Amino acid sequence: MAKYITKRVLRSLITMFIIITILFALLRMMPIEGYFENFDKMSSTQVQVKLNALGLTDPLPKQLLRFYNQVLHGDLGESNVYRKGVAITEIIAEKIPISLKLGLISLLISLSVGLPLGILMARSTRTRFKIGDKLGTVFIVLVEAMPSAVYHILIQFAGSQTFIGKTVLGLPMLFDAANPKSYILPLISLSIGNIAYYAMWLRRYMVDEANKDYIRLARAKGVPGGKISRRHVFRNAFVPLVQYIPNSILFTLMGSLYVESLYSIPGMGGLLVTAIKRQDNTLVQALVLIYAVISILGLLFGDILMGIVDPRISFAKKEGSR
Amino acid sequence: MSLDVYQGESLAIVGESGSGKSVFVKCTMGLLDANGRIDSGSILYDGQDLTRFQTDKDWLKIRGREIAMVFQDPMTSLNPLKTIGKQIQEAVELHQGLKGAAAKKAVLEVLSDVGIDNPERRYKQYPHEFSGGMRQRVVIAIAVACRPKILICDEPTTALDVTIQAQILELIKAMQKKYNLTTIYITHDLGVVANVADRIAVMYAGDIVEIGKCDEVFYDPKHPYTWALLSSLPQLGVKNEPLYAIQGTPPNLFHEVRGDAFAPRNPKALKIDFVERPPFFAVSPTHKARTWLLDPRAPKVEPPEHIRTLREKGVNRIV
Repeated sequence: MAKYITKRVLRSLITMFIIITILFALLRMMPIEGYFENFDKMSSTQVQVKLNALGLTDPLPKQLLRFYNQVLHGDLGESNVYRKGVAITEIIAEKIPISLKLGLISLLISLSVGLPLGILMARSTRTRFKIGDKLGTVFIVLVEAMPSAVYHILIQFAGSQTFIGKTVLGLPMLFDAANPKSYILPLISLSIGNIAYYAMWLRRYMVDEANKDYIRLARAKGVPGGKISRRHVFRNAFVPLVQYIPNSILFTLMGSLYVESLYSIPGMGGLLVTAIKRQDNTLVQALVLIYAVISILGLLFGDILMGIVDPRISFAKKEGSR
Repeated sequence: MSLDVYQGESLAIVGESGSGKSVFVKCTMGLLDANGRIDSGSILYDGQDLTRFQTDKDWLKIRGREIAMVFQDPMTSLNPLKTIGKQIQEAVELHQGLKGAAAKKAVLEVLSDVGIDNPERRYKQYPHEFSGGMRQRVVIAIAVACRPKILICDEPTTALDVTIQAQILELIKAMQKKYNLTTIYITHDLGVVANVADRIAVMYAGDIVEIGKCDEVFYDPKHPYTWALLSSLPQLGVKNEPLYAIQGTPPNLFHEVRGDAFAPRNPKALKIDFVERPPFFAVSPTHKARTWLLDPRAPKVEPPEHIRTLREKGVNRIV
């Protein structure tokens, strides 16, 4: 187990190193306008002075080493355009808690609704008319097939607008951190896709497992149906899903671009797009780096978690066979 | 079809793939696939008709408790994510009414019963740490741990290495003796049958065509299908001659079968075989066969050469 984890951690570190290097190379290819607030009005001497100050005229290897050093110390530089002169870590520190809070609550909702829905659907496939499975499939297909923008708008509309002179739910249309009621619609929007996702995959894996020989053996030895579902089918079907949970948790940090702009939530969601649009080079660089780190950590924790819940994984490595 | 199983005996059901052996035993445990159902007939066990059972709850009185089963493929019949100890313990807790430390002790006992060394350590291991033969021992341990009265072995050695097959059969025999089990073997391997069975039932197209004591069926088979089946034993082949094989395929049971189901594949079939289904003719009090050849009016048809050889040499030396 320890060997497996060490190997995975080392591999992640190498990946991260490569990503940082590529990111550096890409950003050096960007137009230098991205380092100035009002590039057009500056003389070439002024530009040169600023570039010198930023260290961008140094030889590339020197810049690269400095970049590694900065990243290692958690220094992501300062914003140039978006909020001039403010440390990027400071900007992010304001925004992350909002996205994280909404994201984690929504993940909790998704799991606690999506998983039971998946179980219900899987169990219903063995009944005569499969009504539960059919209804669930309709829901999943609708959510998965419709562009998410459509149902987000529908949710916002249905929750906050008046129909034929009547307010149905009358929930606030926009997010307001101080008003708990205003959390409801964004949370529904954030959760609905994940609910469908978890239900769909859990159902699928459970149906797969339920047809396996060891379930037949469990039935033959007289284990009651409910116990088979919980102890054998669900437990084993959940393993492939476990891998994605760390990723889901980590990505709540970054917020959701569309939902956050729809409900005007001041979270992380829109930040990358804004930074790119306004050509804030250092901010783009920092955000891309964060996305990369989160993805790598998500996969790493996912793999480790898999190794914990599935005994076959750590062993296969140890023996060096299969 | 009709079949009696007597307490303490060991019965083998033989027949080729698709003859309905497995479906038959699945009926007795309520383990039919979702598209299967019982239209008519009855399965009597201990005064109850099992075909009346509707819900899973009814079946829980039978499964494990009265009848336990060993499946064909030990590589897939164990839950890969649970230690084998826990999987056996599940059976112990359900059927022996033990809990915690006492249940674990019972598991360790049954593990050494089925010939697994170092049960303490093995208890904590997962199925992937066991070889095929060892896993089949675990599956047998699970079945035995249920303390059933009947043990059904559905092709228990088919998926195993030839060298392991004999060990597993020995083990099942030992368990039968120790726990006083009635065993039903399902197999298409006549070698297995000769080794373990007291009685043999030969199945073809969902019907029993011949049933009798082991010696009776091997030495004095009456049904042309039994002849053909025994003639296919590679051990009876003659050097430089092609091995015997039954021509054609079993009938499609979606269509109505008229007469003797084996007639179309039987080169010596009588005319009546195509018209009317033969009844059972008793050869001895324990031996009966469903073939018109046993009718007093039938012409005398000699069994094929292989069968005569078999009679002379004695079956156990050959198989």
